[in-house]
Amino acid sequence: MPNLKDLKNRISSVKSTRKITQAMQMVAAAKLRRAQDAAEAARPYAERFNAVLAGLASGVGDSETAPKLLAGTGSDDVHLLVVMTAERGLCGGFNSNIARLARVHAKKLQAGGKTVKILTVGKKGRSALKRDLGDHFVGHVDMSDVKRMSYADAQGIAKDVLERFDAGDFDIATIFFSRFENVVTQHPTAQQIIPAQFEEGDADDATLYDYEPGEEEILADLLPRGVATQIFAALLENAASEQGARQSAMDNATRNAGDMIDDLTIEYNRSRQAVITNELIEIISGAEAL
Amino acid sequence: MADTLQFDLVAPERRLASYAATEVQIPGAGGDMTAMAGHAPTITTLRPGILRVVHNGETDEYVVSGGFAEITDDGVTVLAEQSLPRAEMTQDVYDDMMVEFRQQYEKAKSNFENEPGPVDDAAKLIADMVAVGTHIGLDPKQSNFG
Repeated sequence: MPNLKDLKNRISSVKSTRKITQAMQMVAAAKLRRAQDAAEAARPYAERFNAVLAGLASGVGDSETAPKLLAGTGSDDVHLLVVMTAERGLCGGFNSNIARLARVHAKKLQAGGKTVKILTVGKKGRSALKRDLGDHFVGHVDMSDVKRMSYADAQGIAKDVLERFDAGDFDIATIFFSRFENVVTQHPTAQQIIPAQFEEGDADDATLYDYEPGEEEILADLLPRGVATQIFAALLENAASEQGARQSAMDNATRNAGDMIDDLTIEYNRSRQAVITNELIEIISGAEAL
Repeated sequence: MADTLQFDLVAPERRLASYAATEVQIPGAGGDMTAMAGHAPTITTLRPGILRVVHNGETDEYVVSGGFAEITDDGVTVLAEQSLPRAEMTQDVYDDMMVEFRQQYEKAKSNFENEPGPVDDAAKLIADMVAVGTHIGLDPKQSNFG
């Protein structure tokens, strides 16, 4: 049985851990609200944008002169995986879930004889994938200085991706991020951004528009922006997911620390009583021996 | 009132404005156009310029750097990449934007040596920005630009 002093030290150390996890949980809750607000505020733009783009794409999609960003390069040999994770840990399975999805995806592509290139955003995903896919890294975007996701950050990543595409570095780009559902559920998601894909029903075909300049010129102008818009939406979802995951992880940790403190306190009281009983027996038997 | 239309100005990060307007003057890529209620449905790209919105006899002005506008018979939605109310467009902000456009121009020049298209486009963006600056009384600092 550990002695009383050790127990007391352990109890106080677990107590301070609980204080830290509790503080982190509250910070994450506050940040989550901000991240959710940001994600919500960005929604009208993304929705209108996608609706217009989808309408245009369905009109131009099959023509031979369709931009490469929409029609693809004609092959699917080289895949670029953009893996977006957090810069910090201590957020439950958030980072490893995204990394796992990306890893499975990469293995499947490699098994099919495709070339895989990986661009990481956020250092946690980078270190998670480094061991088995480190040779495929083509770049990294550091987000540690970014306090609040802005559209400019997304534009930066989009520019990087588009430059590689223009240089013919890859045929298909997919982004990996976590879609925020609620505090306890976040879904790691893979979404193809180049060539652009649209869900059925995104296009509102109720109105026939005049286009100025022509449809194809507008499309060529909008598609690169569409990449940035999608990346921005993903970054915001990711930011909200990260805080949600951290909040629930820290909530769990706080609860576990509480349970541990209870157990240790019982153990401490028991051993204290045993020591007292022991002392009494010694005194009594000492007195009897006289 | 049947002679108003719903005006929305949306940036990637948030909705900047949303109200009923009587007319919206849009700096379209192919020339300015004014949208009023009952306009034919149109989608146009924007050039850097000034967006004027008339509502209740007042005129609001926004500086936009690009994006596109969707016009329907009862509303105008402007999706602008960067936009600011004219009052917030200070020399500092303007300088930053100019620096960015010039970098794009330099890059276009080096990337597309034998294709005039993208270079001309970038040059036109700068020219548009200079025109905006002159129009609202900001110094485009052309002398720094070779």
